[in-house]
Amino acid sequence: MSAIYILWLRELRRYTRSRVQIIASLGQPLLYLIALGFGLGAVFRQAGRGSYIQFVAPGVIAMTVLFSATFSGIALLWDRQFGFLKETLVAPVPRAYIMLGRTLGAATSSTIQGLLVATVCVIAGFRPADWTLVPLGIAFLVLIAVVFAGLGTMIGSMLKDMQGFQMVMNFLVMPLFFLSGALFPLDGLPGPMKVATHLDPLAYGVDGLRSTLIAQTFFGYALDVAVLAPLAAVFIGLGAWRFSKIQV
Amino acid sequence: MINVENLTKKFGDITAVDSVSFRVPAGEIFAFLGPNGAGKTTTIKMLTTLLFPTSGKIEIDGLDPMRHQNEVRRRFGIVFQDPSLDSNLSAWENMELHGALYRVPRKLRRERSEMLLTAFGLWDRKDEEVQKFSGGMRRRLEVARGLLHTPKIIFLDEPTLGLDPQTRNQLWSYVRDLNQKEGITVFLTTHYMEEADRVSARIAIIDHGKIVALGTSQELKEKTQKATLEDAFLALTGTALRDEASSAQDRMRAMAQMWRR
Repeated sequence: MSAIYILWLRELRRYTRSRVQIIASLGQPLLYLIALGFGLGAVFRQAGRGSYIQFVAPGVIAMTVLFSATFSGIALLWDRQFGFLKETLVAPVPRAYIMLGRTLGAATSSTIQGLLVATVCVIAGFRPADWTLVPLGIAFLVLIAVVFAGLGTMIGSMLKDMQGFQMVMNFLVMPLFFLSGALFPLDGLPGPMKVATHLDPLAYGVDGLRSTLIAQTFFGYALDVAVLAPLAAVFIGLGAWRFSKIQV
Repeated sequence: MINVENLTKKFGDITAVDSVSFRVPAGEIFAFLGPNGAGKTTTIKMLTTLLFPTSGKIEIDGLDPMRHQNEVRRRFGIVFQDPSLDSNLSAWENMELHGALYRVPRKLRRERSEMLLTAFGLWDRKDEEVQKFSGGMRRRLEVARGLLHTPKIIFLDEPTLGLDPQTRNQLWSYVRDLNQKEGITVFLTTHYMEEADRVSARIAIIDHGKIVALGTSQELKEKTQKATLEDAFLALTGTALRDEASSAQDRMRAMAQMWRR
């Protein structure tokens, strides 16, 4: 247990020490929120769907957690190449604990990052429909963070170098984001798009956030949890398994 | 303490380590020398549970590293060829992390960390982030960390690479001291022949994955009729230059320099 804790603490310390990075990674969500929020606001309103900022803010928060969690998971790659990973791999601790500590640390720091962006959203004019549901929204944030930190660690255990990282970025992370309905409503999509969005785990995360924060839902709260919670377990399990197979 | 029989590691068609056998008794300082790409690091990785052998037998303190991974891991400390500190953490936090991973009780962890950091001249800067440390300081910290859990064996894979003579001297005198006082077994590799000559009791020379000579420095010199260990080493391994293929790791380093992460 102390191994899990100390590695969790390490991730958190690294996060809080990278102040520049924290600020820098607020930039992109902010751009989406402001540029799209105001840019598409008029069209969205004309279509009779209300405020676009209200609609897109949960999407932007989910996006932040997706990127931040996946990348902290994949950061394993850096540790692998620059040595620190070896220090943990020769430690007399089951590999699964090491993976778990890292993943939970990554999930925690991305949740914090998500909360920072949420704060920025509120400053930009976003208002939750019901403040009493905000804790539930945060619970969703944590769930999303664990799912994608697990996925990131799993991928990080399999990759050897940065070329693979670009592939993951273009063929996994970006599609996960764009097909999640973070930026557009999921109803009324053509067939193949509909299938793709239904297969995107982040879609359930975004939907969960929307159902708790702006009282709009596509899949329904229960289905969102029913998809995400088992998925978190599966990714962590697979990640731990891949991690235990690492040879350097 | 270390017992290796017919150890072999193949990567595809390449045989990195080819049927290597040797024994290191408890309390000995054993040097493992060879040109680049000879199989030194691969051997160390197999001894330290990081890599599975293709065939052969290893015993560390009587235990098989493949079947009793965690028991074996508890018994050794290691300083890797590449840096393995977390440079965003302070020296103290690196020690703390290591102690927690090895389940050294908190009180003992603190005492030993203080003792080791003082011995390696790092106590005054224990709260600074490691990224502010010089190469020599990092190396010293890695050795200190490797000793925190009082291992029976310490593996030192080119620990003095890129260090100035002062630091090298200090490091080896500490290692020798430790060997004499605590009876710790030392398994080292280095490219500095005079270091191996001075510090180690016995020397194995490995080339192309095979041990080409094993004995005391004196025996190796006599065998090759040379005056210095360096000449003996060259006589045994030839003077041809060795090129290692650029690895994924080298490419990552180049990339990281660009990204400055």
